[in-house]
Amino acid sequence: MTSPAVTTSATSPGSAAARAIGLTKVYGSGESEVHALAGVTLDLRAGEFTAIMGPSGSGKSTLMHCLAALDTPTSGEVIVDGTELGSLGDKELTVLRRTRIGFIFQAFNLIPTLTAKENILLPLSLAGSSADPEWFDAVIGTLGLGDRLGHRPSEMSGGQQQRVACARALVSKPSIIFADEPTGNLDSTSGADVLAFLRRSVDEFGQTIVMVTHDAVAASHCDRVIFLADGAVVDELARPDREQILEHITALQAAAAARQGA
Amino acid sequence: MFKLILRNVGARKMRLAMSALAIVLGVAFLSGVLVFSNGLSKTFDGIIQGTTPDGLVRVEGAESFSGGATGVSAATVSPEVVQKLDDLPEVDIAEGNVDGYGMYVIDADGDLLGGTGAPTLAFNRTEAPNMDGGKILQLLHGRWGTGADEIVLDEGSAKKAGYEIGDTVKLITPIGELERTATLVGTAEFNQGGTAGATLIIFDTPGAQEVFLNGRDAFTTIGLTAADGVSQAELVKAAKTVLPPGFEAVKGDVVVEESQDAMAQFLDVIKTFLLVFALIAVIVGAFIIVNTFSILVAQRSRESALLRALGASKRQVTASVLAEAFVMALFASTVGIGLGWALARGLAAMFSAVGLDIEGTFLNLSTSTVVISYLVGIVVTLVAALMPARRAGKVAPVAAMRADNVVDKGSLRRRTLIGSVVLVAAALAAIAGLAGVDGMPAAAWLGIGAFTSLLTVAVLSPVIGAPVLRACRLVFGRLFGTPGRLAGENAMRDPRRTGATASALMIGLALVSTIAVMAGSMKASVDHVVDEEFRPDFIAQSVIFAPFSTTVGDRMEEVDGVATVSRQQMFDARIDDKKDSDTIGAADASYDDVAHLEALHGSVDFGAGKAVINEDEAEKKGYEVGDTLTLHVQGDKKITVEVGGIAKENVTIFPVNVPLDVVEKAGLQRQDNSLSIVLADGADSATVKKALDKVAEPIPLVEVNDKEGFAETIRGQVNQLLFMIYGLLALAIIIAIIGIVNTLGLSVLERTREIGLLRSIGMTRRQLRRTITLESVAIAVLGAVLGMALGLIYGVLLQRVLKEDLTVLFVPFGQLLVFGVIAVIVGVLAAVIPAIRASRLNVLAAISTE
Repeated sequence: MTSPAVTTSATSPGSAAARAIGLTKVYGSGESEVHALAGVTLDLRAGEFTAIMGPSGSGKSTLMHCLAALDTPTSGEVIVDGTELGSLGDKELTVLRRTRIGFIFQAFNLIPTLTAKENILLPLSLAGSSADPEWFDAVIGTLGLGDRLGHRPSEMSGGQQQRVACARALVSKPSIIFADEPTGNLDSTSGADVLAFLRRSVDEFGQTIVMVTHDAVAASHCDRVIFLADGAVVDELARPDREQILEHITALQAAAAARQGA
Repeated sequence: MFKLILRNVGARKMRLAMSALAIVLGVAFLSGVLVFSNGLSKTFDGIIQGTTPDGLVRVEGAESFSGGATGVSAATVSPEVVQKLDDLPEVDIAEGNVDGYGMYVIDADGDLLGGTGAPTLAFNRTEAPNMDGGKILQLLHGRWGTGADEIVLDEGSAKKAGYEIGDTVKLITPIGELERTATLVGTAEFNQGGTAGATLIIFDTPGAQEVFLNGRDAFTTIGLTAADGVSQAELVKAAKTVLPPGFEAVKGDVVVEESQDAMAQFLDVIKTFLLVFALIAVIVGAFIIVNTFSILVAQRSRESALLRALGASKRQVTASVLAEAFVMALFASTVGIGLGWALARGLAAMFSAVGLDIEGTFLNLSTSTVVISYLVGIVVTLVAALMPARRAGKVAPVAAMRADNVVDKGSLRRRTLIGSVVLVAAALAAIAGLAGVDGMPAAAWLGIGAFTSLLTVAVLSPVIGAPVLRACRLVFGRLFGTPGRLAGENAMRDPRRTGATASALMIGLALVSTIAVMAGSMKASVDHVVDEEFRPDFIAQSVIFAPFSTTVGDRMEEVDGVATVSRQQMFDARIDDKKDSDTIGAADASYDDVAHLEALHGSVDFGAGKAVINEDEAEKKGYEVGDTLTLHVQGDKKITVEVGGIAKENVTIFPVNVPLDVVEKAGLQRQDNSLSIVLADGADSATVKKALDKVAEPIPLVEVNDKEGFAETIRGQVNQLLFMIYGLLALAIIIAIIGIVNTLGLSVLERTREIGLLRSIGMTRRQLRRTITLESVAIAVLGAVLGMALGLIYGVLLQRVLKEDLTVLFVPFGQLLVFGVIAVIVGVLAAVIPAIRASRLNVLAAISTE
């Protein structure tokens, strides 16, 4: 496939598409206080496919929600594509999500009353703008959705639905795409298809993608894997393979068990 | 199981509270109407009982509560008769009464007091007690009056008219001089309290005799109080021995009964009228119950399946839903009954504005009201919940294991098939009505057809409504972009739900549209009739159809430019051997010319001293020229009149009409009910009108109208009724709004994750609110379109059936357009709360909702 001459981001490769500076997130108060994030500082580089991993309760989802303007941190600053989120109201955040951020969720990713094509174009049509037809065709072609555009979600398989969700995230050319366990609900073949596609969009379109996962196979598709434990970044790996990741996870779990035992 | 039911009710408080509200309102209206009408009856029963003595001597055949609108006997009894009665050993007290009909109070601003509502009663004060031994009247302030120049008014009327003790009060008199004045020296009320809005003008005996009997020392009736140990029957029997001919003695109990019957006829109309609207409200509420429970059952199908998997029988699952409905109905009915008690006070306030005052102490919840309200509330709710409850029982146990929460709804094909058959049957009923098939009146055939088709269309609305919803989707998409398109899709997502919600509104709008077509046709028909048959230049009539002094006509005759003043009066009489009395028209010699009566047979000249029969009546009763009619009038008078002619059907005369001098021959007071005025050649209409208005000015009772003004007056009356009906139907529409709020609220809840998704990928709060609002508008528009279409059909068919009276069909498209706009506003209003709730959902929490 020939890569169309499009850059997906205003940021140049290597610079930060999103940054977290001293992020904390505290739930509850007093005795029942829980620190979901305990001061996370992180740069997510443009043009990279980054995985955030960690055991349940490590704060990886909270981190992603804060980075994606879905949740507000207790303290600290999030900068997406050069914009500080802290000062923005709901309306500005909504517009930011619509124009500069793409989402892929684990499940229930599509509006059941709309066709695949309508779902893909939804963020653009909500903004009142239209898609670049060349880009749209390129995305559809890459995802192999050409013959499915008129179908409703109920007429598609889970893998197909997730590919439509990927197309929706890509079509508005966001600065960064957040994927929350995108393969969690899929069988391994469909999951592999989706991961391969995400990889290609980074390589061919220069897209920035951040994926939260606890699946080592999924993470092994990434350029960079960040490990979180107890609300803090504890480690990271560059271009790891599956075994390296698994080793790291085991080590982290052992460390956590040791801390709790102590 | 019971614990689970209570938990279920508790857990879904908000949703159940919303649908309970529909039942609350329905039951509140029902119990309010019952409380109100009981209060109404009790108020009048109390007054009647409290103002009636043990026995009454009156002109034979006089009905107690006729109010004197259709002929007052001029017969009186002398003081000697009173004395003779008083001397009887069975009689403790005999007191002569002077009742004057047709006197009215002009308030401090120069307007007629009361009039359209409760009657104005003028009489002399006596010391005679009522049948319970109590006083009839109680003085509240000031003193009783002496002579014709001093009066006492009832407290309420004095206040309403703005008079204080010492003020000069203007009165309209029924005979002779048009007006007189008297000083207000005191205020009083009936001893049991209040007057139900009636105005009382109280003189002393000489005063009343001067005003009503030209100063003759005589009486119109005599109140009798029995001596100790004498029964009413014995009292009456003794009294009969000394009565002059034409008078009768009647037991107090009989008078009470007669009065109550007369009142009941009038009150039953009000009661039935209000109950019909209560019933409509309850039916609309039932639709909302069906819908809410359907949604709840669908949302809970997995829970029902789990129960089934754990061993609950179908019956148990169904019963648990029904039990939940029962708990809700019990709660809602209780609140509704309480609210109804308050609503009755609201109704009382509304009726008091038109002059019907109800004592607050009579507005109580009776046992029967409470029982009926609970019964209706509970039965309607249970019947409405039955279908959803059975559906809950049918959920397969395996559904508990399934990931998705979709209930199998089956196809709409069976529903469509059965519905279509029923619709055809309804259409046949309507055709039977139009064709005049025997067995039932045409309107009844039509009513059956209308009722059946209304319910069937409600059931078929998911199918019939589809094109409307598709149109909404298209228009919304064009106008509002993606939020509009999403709204259109959402409205079509579950056609049953949308249809059922819209049906509640449809019922209200069908009725409103039917009424609009009827009222429009009525007004057009009035215009048509007035145009055809209003022949004089002006008509002077009492605004309340009460008779007025002949002096008005005398003065109008003297106005420059007036050629003829033709007078008409009406009175009640029994014709030949008939049991019930009819209202007979009496007209003077010039009337046949003034009204352009055309003779079919014989002569219609009233100057010939013969009766004139209207065409339809002659056909119905078989009257022919030369027949002799015997009129039985109160006071045991018999008048024979020969039929002189049959007139071509004319709405300005009664079925049976006699020359005006028959009134006096019958011993009735001569008054006028209507004056027809013809201008002299070359007279200026405007100038004469001004002069005539000046004659009528002192008595706001009488209005002078030309053709246009006359039609306008009648149109005004139609409009008054129309707005009252609209007001009562507003409740059905409010309940329908609650239904939309409820459905939308449940839909928003069901789509929480979807809303979260939309928000996360960039839908603004505003766009979300707009999506929900437009979905609501789509539901409302569906209800409005179906309702107005049905209403239009019903209205047109009714006009066809009633074409004898409603000669002209008029479809008020302007009004229908307004209804459409109102429906859109209803949709917008109904969406306010669900839209705000949806837009406040936390995006993150919404996405992660299970």
